Formats: sequence, structure tokens, C-alpha cells
Amino acid sequence: MGDLTMLRSRHLLGIEDLEPAEISLILDTAVAMKEVGTRSIKKVPALRGRTVVNLFFEPSTRTRLSFELAEKRLSADTMGMTTAGSSVVKGETLIDTARTLEAMSPDMIVVRHACSGAAHVLARVCRSSIINAGDGTHEHPTQALLDAFTIQGRKGRLAGVRVAIIGDLAHSRVLRSNVLLLTRMGAEVVACGPATLIPVGLGRMGVTVTTSIDEACEGADVLMMLRVQHERMHGLFLPSVREYFTLFGLTAARLARAKSDAIVMHPGPMNRGVEIASDVADGNQSVILDQVANGVAVRMAVLYLLAGGEQNEGA
Amino acid sequence: MKTLLKGGRVIDPVAGRDGQFDVLIDGDRVAKIGKGIPAGDARVIDVPAGFIVAPGLIDMHVHLREPGQEHKETIATGLASAVAGGFTAVACMPNTSPVNDQAGITQFILKRAAEAGLARVYPIGAVSIGSNGEQLTEIGDLRQAGCVAITDDGKPVGTALLMRRALEYASMFMMPVIEHCEDPSLKGDGVAHEGAVASLLGLKGIPACAESIMAERDISLAELTGGRVHIAHMSARQTLRAVRDGKARGVHVTCEVTPHHFTLTDEAIRGYDTNTKMNPPLREEADRQAMIDGLRDGTIDAIATDHAPHHADEKALEFDKAPFGIVGLETAIPLCVSRLIEPGLIDWPRLIDLLSAAPARILGLPGGTLAEGGPADITVIAPAAAVTVRAAALRSKSKNTPFDGWALKGAAAATIVGGRVVFVNDAVAGAERFQ
Repeated sequence: MGDLTMLRSRHLLGIEDLEPAEISLILDTAVAMKEVGTRSIKKVPALRGRTVVNLFFEPSTRTRLSFELAEKRLSADTMGMTTAGSSVVKGETLIDTARTLEAMSPDMIVVRHACSGAAHVLARVCRSSIINAGDGTHEHPTQALLDAFTIQGRKGRLAGVRVAIIGDLAHSRVLRSNVLLLTRMGAEVVACGPATLIPVGLGRMGVTVTTSIDEACEGADVLMMLRVQHERMHGLFLPSVREYFTLFGLTAARLARAKSDAIVMHPGPMNRGVEIASDVADGNQSVILDQVANGVAVRMAVLYLLAGGEQNEGA
Repeated sequence: MKTLLKGGRVIDPVAGRDGQFDVLIDGDRVAKIGKGIPAGDARVIDVPAGFIVAPGLIDMHVHLREPGQEHKETIATGLASAVAGGFTAVACMPNTSPVNDQAGITQFILKRAAEAGLARVYPIGAVSIGSNGEQLTEIGDLRQAGCVAITDDGKPVGTALLMRRALEYASMFMMPVIEHCEDPSLKGDGVAHEGAVASLLGLKGIPACAESIMAERDISLAELTGGRVHIAHMSARQTLRAVRDGKARGVHVTCEVTPHHFTLTDEAIRGYDTNTKMNPPLREEADRQAMIDGLRDGTIDAIATDHAPHHADEKALEFDKAPFGIVGLETAIPLCVSRLIEPGLIDWPRLIDLLSAAPARILGLPGGTLAEGGPADITVIAPAAAVTVRAAALRSKSKNTPFDGWALKGAAAATIVGGRVVFVNDAVAGAERFQ
């Protein structure tokens, strides 16, 4: 582990705010956290007496459960709030909801929201640490961290690794966080998607942009597939599911263009037969379920470090 | 009652005047302009050295919000803000609730304005009933009641056919059609300029050509009909090009730019401050630069603020959910002086033309010049005054400005409407002489 033992900010709003040393610190810490998950008693007292609120304004299964499990394994007290049946449906604003929760003195708030910048709004008005669990089409930093942890685990490094990210680039917070993290850590990133779903200026973020999946797969160490939401299929973005799979679906033939030891990733939830063929998703190069397992360890690392890391031990 | 303004730098581009002159005001009129005018029985105000005496500034694009949205602004608070910003007159947009689409509403606005007794108000009527883009309003009746132009501002005139008819019909009354240029399908639910910054922030973009495509449509229609189209709050370099080409062909097209579009770029939206969310959105540096080029080469006719007050509660939301718009009346002079005059991009006579003569010309208003026998609407400017913008101290009922805390130069020292001093800036040394 490097000299760094703490994160500079008390919030994790995005990869954009993290320096490479901080990213390394989180990934190194996650190694120790992963070990906790292999014990028969999967619990450490690091966050004992701390309260974490999981504030999910958008439907989420894996991210919410992953955070909950990470919090529990660190012995934090947790409470969750989802939009359905809450004050939000009664018209309460985001800031008022946050202030109401703050009045109960939590230490951290994990927030998922459909609007880009929602975590920034909370960071401006809250005393608690804010962890962004996905804000609109902006960032999903813990997803990028768990992806990096997975790549590093398989490839032993991030620098120089060729990563192809393929799918709906425009609407993906996973893309943005991964591009920021991977380019910062020296990986080579190729982004591939239909021309209607490529955000303006993506090429200026240090990535190669292409509309050819064959070109993207060529020589790749990592193939990261992004979800294409069904609603994009009815608008003016894409003509049909059928054509999307024909042009951009990851098939065994396309996978063969990548390096022989290439890994296949997907942040989930998958659309089988849309962005990825089932035999690839379930094949031996797929690390999709490892990503889920690693998510808990990486989120434990983030929670632990934001709570003060070693400074907190024995407090 | 007579007042003699003695020894200010009088700048009146219409009269071709720029120098030390005295201005004698008699009642609500300018009686005489010249050197060494004898005081006689007039009250004498020695204009402090360096102060500029200009024809009253006119903001041709203001949202006063009354009737219907008095929690954002009232006509009285909006006009207090106007005179504090040095404006002796404002033209107010019809997107109130209800929309100013009939004479009765125009009359109500004028009645409220008269009660406030501050700046003059020139209402702008709607092109279509309810600004719904379907049926023309009674434009002749609106004209009769006091409207000086028509627009469906807040959105573009719905169809090319409606725009064509509006241009034709309004030309009978010598009224321009003011257009909020934006192709609705390209705008979609965009909230920021489509570019690298919005991409990084994950905000839905509004491409620059959403504006220019509509401007090109309207310029072609003005060419067809011989009508007059005025492009509101121009923001994109492509639109500037369209206006420049239209003018070269002799089309009756004019345009305005806001101080925020020649001052800020989309870099300002990093951090998701909703006070940087406006429509049209802050664009790229090349666009900002183009706006300055347009101000310099004369393609841009006027500077207008698009003063758009919103309650703090409405702005304290997620970026996607907050309304578009910022207040602008009280920051216009400092931004123009600091960003245009100080760097030497344009000179004072040009600035006065942009802020006073041009709006008067476009809307056919009295004023815009200091003529003997003309209205005594005068803005006295302290060009060297140091000002720090304080959102909380704004006269406007709403405080939604991205310029809070900015240190700028230049301020209105005093504002005179119809010979009456309606505002004196106590923060400017020497201004107390106008009290």
C-alpha cells in the first residue's frame, strides 16, 4: 500500500474527484475487505456505532443490496429509503428529504437518483458523507471501482490493459466513471456504440471512439458491455432490437477477435440477446458474477475509508 | 421645474454626440443640450468628473412575471430592479399567467406600471392565443392597448405558417415579431448546451443548431413577407452567421445578445449550480467569442438581459428539474463595462447604442436619444465604480444570479425617468448629488 492512508474528500461523488493514488488506496483496501467475505463470520467492527442511510430514488437491486451487505459486514447501523410510499411521492424536494434524514444524525448517505448532479446537491447541504450510487447519466463511481478491481484481479494491472466499452454510451453513467478511472490509471480505452448514442466530446476524454464492434474487440483484454434500455428501441435512437444485436451484440465470433484470455464484463442487469449473447454471458471468459462479488468488497473499502480508515480504528 | 446637469460626458450616438455638455431638463422633457447653459432658475447638479450622461437605457427583453407569478417578481419589484440597473424603460414578455394575449391584460400591466412610477413599461403581446401556436391574437387590438411587438417567447412560434402570417399581419402595425429560436424536437428535454461539458456531467444537451435552424426559418420568412423579425437572446455562432447573411441580403432581421452569453460559457455549469441554467444555455467559448465579434462588427443590434426571475425554492432543485433563467437587470451595466469596455472590445458610444438607441429603434419607442423636446429619460453611469455583486442585495424579488460575489466595474449612478430622479445609487461616490 502507498503512503496515502485516507481519501481527501469526505464524499465520493465521482471518479472525477479522485487522484490515481486514491483509486489505488481504495482498490488495495478492497483486497483486505474481500478476505472478510471469505470468513465464516463475515463481519468486522470497523463501522460499529455508525449510521448509514441508503437513499434510493431509482429502482436498484444489485447496487442497493451490495451497499447494504457492505454496511452490515462493517457493523454499521443501516436504514433504507426507496421512493415508493415515501414523502417523495408527496412532493417533498430532494433537499428537504435529505435535511429530514440528516436530523436523525446519520454519518453517511448513499444516494441513487435519476438526475445527474443529485449527489452534488446533497453534498452542498448535508453534514454527512455522501456516496454517489449512481446519478442520472453522470457517474457511478463504485461501479467503476469494482470493475477496476475485477480487471486488476484478473490481469494483475490496469496500466496498458486494452478495454473496449460497448453499448449505449450516451445514457451510461457506468461509461463515464469507467472512462475517467481507466484513463487515469493508464489503461487504453476504446468506446463503441451506435452513432446515435455517442455523447458529444467523448473523443476528447482520452478514449478512441468507434462504431465498429469488430474494431473495438480486436486485441482487447477486456470487453465491457453496457446495457441498452428498452425505451431507446422505440425512440429515434435505434430502429430495432434485432438490428442492434446484429450490429453491436457481443457474440462468440466477435469475442474471438479479442485476446484469447480476454474477459467479458457487464454491470447488469443484462439484456440477453440484445447487447450480449447468452453463450458469451455464461461462458468461461465471463466475469459478470465476480463483478457482483467484488462490488461488496469495494463498497466496504469506500465506506471504511470515508469513515476515516485507520484513524477510526479503536475510536 | 427645471434641472441642469452640468458638465457630464454626454454620449448620444443618435445625435453623434460624445463630449462635455450640459443638459437642461424642463419638466419631463429635455429642454436644451449644449456647453455653458446658464442655470437660470434651474436646480444645478454638477455631474462628477468621469460620469457618463446617456439617453435612458432600454431593456427590450424582461420577464416581469405579473400577472400570475408574483412569487417570482411583481411589476413593482421588477421596475425597482430595472431603475437600479440604470434602465429607464423595459419591454416585458407576454408569458405571464394568463398570457398577455389580449388588450385587457396589456392594460392591466400598464396600470400596474404606472402605479409603480419607476421605469417605463412597453408590453409585448403574444403572437398566438395562449402562446399555443395555433391562432393569431388580436394584434391590432394589442397594438392599440400599448403593445410594441409580439412574441411567443419561452417557446418559438409554433409553425412556419403561423410565423409567416404573424410577420405579414404585424407588418400592418409596424411591429416586429420577436422570436425565441429553438427547434422543439432538437431541444427535446435538454437542459444544457450539447457539448463536452454536458457530456461529462451527464446532462441532456441542446445543440446549437436547435437555435440556428429556427433563426434560418424565420429569416427566410421575413425575406418572403417583408416583415420584421427580431431574434431574441442569440447564443450560437451558427445563428450569428444566419443573421449576418440575412442582413447582407437586405432582410429585416435584428437580434440581441444577453450579458451572460458574452460573459460565461458552459464551463460555468460544472458543479450543477442551477443559477447557471438558462435557455438558451451557456454555450462554448467559440460561441461566446462569436457574440463579441457580432457586438463589434454591428451584426448584433442590441444587448438585452432576458431578466428571468425565479423563486429560490424553484431553483433549489436538481439541475434537470430547476427552471431556466437568471435575473439580469442589475448586473447588465457592470458586465458590459467589465467585459466589453474595459478590455477595449467596443467603445462607449457603441455600448450606448446597444443598450438604448437600438432597442428604441427596433421597437419604435420614444427615447434612445437625448433630443431637445424629447423625453428626459437619462441614465447617469459611473464607469469606474467598483462593484461587488451581492445576490441578497438585489432589488429584484428573486436572487437567481450566477454572478454573486463577482467583483466588477461600472454602475448606474442615477436613473432619471421623465425628468424625475427615480434611483440614486448610494454605493457610488458622487451619486448623492442627484438626490
